[in-house]
Amino acid sequence: MKYYSIKTIGLIALAYVMIGTGICGAGYDYIDITQPFLRKIPIAIPVFKKVYPDDATDRLSRTASDLLAETLDFTGYFKILDRGAFLVDMQAVAALANVNFHNWTSIGAELLVTGGGLVQGDQVEMELRLYDTFKEKMLVGKRYKGLIKDQRKIIRRFCSEIIFFLTGDKGIFNSEIAFVSNGTGNKEIYICEFDGYSPRQVTHLNSITLSPAWSSDGKWLAYTSYAKGKPDLYIKHLREKRGTVISKKGINITPAWVPNQFALAASLSFSGDPEIYLLTGTGKVINKLTQNRGIDLSPTWSPDGKQMAFVSKRSGTPQIYIKNIASGEERRLTFQGRYNTQPSWSPKGDKVAYSGMEGGRNNIFVIGSDGQGPIQLTQDQGDNEAPSWSPDASLIVFSSTREGPSRIYVMTAYGTDQRRLLALKGEQTEPDWSPGLVNK
Amino acid sequence: MRKKLLIHLAMVLVIPGFLLTVSCAKKTIRSETSLTQEDDAAAQAAAEKAREEELAEQRAIEEQRLKEESERMAAARDMFSSEDIFFEFDSAVLLAEAQEILRKKAEWLINNPEAAATIEGHCDERGTNEYNLALGERRAESAKAFLVDLGVQGSRLSCISYGEERPVDPAHNEEAWAKNRRGHFIIN
Repeated sequence: MKYYSIKTIGLIALAYVMIGTGICGAGYDYIDITQPFLRKIPIAIPVFKKVYPDDATDRLSRTASDLLAETLDFTGYFKILDRGAFLVDMQAVAALANVNFHNWTSIGAELLVTGGGLVQGDQVEMELRLYDTFKEKMLVGKRYKGLIKDQRKIIRRFCSEIIFFLTGDKGIFNSEIAFVSNGTGNKEIYICEFDGYSPRQVTHLNSITLSPAWSSDGKWLAYTSYAKGKPDLYIKHLREKRGTVISKKGINITPAWVPNQFALAASLSFSGDPEIYLLTGTGKVINKLTQNRGIDLSPTWSPDGKQMAFVSKRSGTPQIYIKNIASGEERRLTFQGRYNTQPSWSPKGDKVAYSGMEGGRNNIFVIGSDGQGPIQLTQDQGDNEAPSWSPDASLIVFSSTREGPSRIYVMTAYGTDQRRLLALKGEQTEPDWSPGLVNK
Repeated sequence: MRKKLLIHLAMVLVIPGFLLTVSCAKKTIRSETSLTQEDDAAAQAAAEKAREEELAEQRAIEEQRLKEESERMAAARDMFSSEDIFFEFDSAVLLAEAQEILRKKAEWLINNPEAAATIEGHCDERGTNEYNLALGERRAESAKAFLVDLGVQGSRLSCISYGEERPVDPAHNEEAWAKNRRGHFIIN
């Protein structure tokens, strides 16, 4: 007779327990990080429960729950279930804690967000909870207090908690997008929130102003402007009125900040030929990074700052190369297509998005930083250019002329859920996604 | 016998003839002198008038010459700033026609040593904004180098790129694009 020793049984049991808790604890069985957008998680977000039945609370309950649904929808991870299918009226539920999970699983909801809101004067109090309906347990629960005008912040903060629980990343809700718009008659820089809300004009130079670039601490913006009659590079602190202008002879363009440093790479042509230089945040040249006849521009840094991808025409047509800063070694990244520009390195480090032109049309491509791919993400819909990654590398913002005038669009990193971010007077181009911002 | 007769005849005719012409001449001299004295003023006036007319005519010719000259100069100056050079897509190479136009510009610059110029490089809307800024720069520099090779001082020429930001034709077709891929010259 064969007996399994106590030891073996014990080890097998231990293995099961570890795997079991591993899966349940970290929450990463909700979103498959290798294919996060393949299956959207059905989530139900009913109107929040009014703690008191007054008008202000009523309004809050609706706007806050709608905003929550919109914000989670933006990520592309969820399928927001239609409230018309709900079996439960949250207002009739006695207490938030009384959840009849069967009412939700039976309509297909795997996740549920409930909230209770209360308005007192100009103050608002909200309790928000995320439930797993099949496991019948609460995953995240938070209570917030603040001014009514801060309800967007509160909702976003809770969404960050949800995403952090599900993916391990804080997400994008405290980020902003800078872009160029010519609605005033001149190209100026604007900034809006990650979901396109509250756009505001940031430069008032009444000239041609282009290619905004966020520093990795989110405090500085670099851009090119013809305000003084030629393309100069401006480095401006966003809150305080200080900065530098690099106005060397020729063009001073395509700034790209080095991660976690007060330094940036840019293409300057004062030597007679556009080359990429490394500069301090105050505009002093540290180093010359490219050395060859022909155009070199559009640098973008790997998240560890050790490599830089850039565009070079050294082989005859514009292609993307990668330079290892320490060794100085340069290798070519793109071999498909005759015109590849505007590279953007994913904050996760594994991929580079870029704009490839074929047959006169531009489209967004993504290629592995090891050269694997590329995969084309847009097709047959106008010109799609200037890709920029969200700080958690889950989304890509870009410009598209699919509607006619150029507009800012967003899509998942896999090219799904392509939708317009906002539409302002004139045309919008050249978006740049900020890092996750503190103080938001 | 006959010879003697002829000689006598000739003498009969000639001598009085001489006498007569002498007396006539005398008479004429007398009348010319009187004429000069009387019509001197008139003759002088006429000569003055003729001189003035000639001067006026010379002035008129000179003015006409100057006018034509300045028109020619204005036309050459105009052509310098209105005649653009054109490029092929994604290229800063100077084609034969562009080189011809640049030779004319070099000539003008050499003939007008006090003039300074700015060379603008432009691109069509295809391709990306930043890359086109760099391409426009290359186009302007390319034209400048050619002019310098023809003897124009480099310090008189400055370059600026506008990329695709300032098209002359905003349409989205090959015809418009060809017009926008240009080098444009401005007299400072």
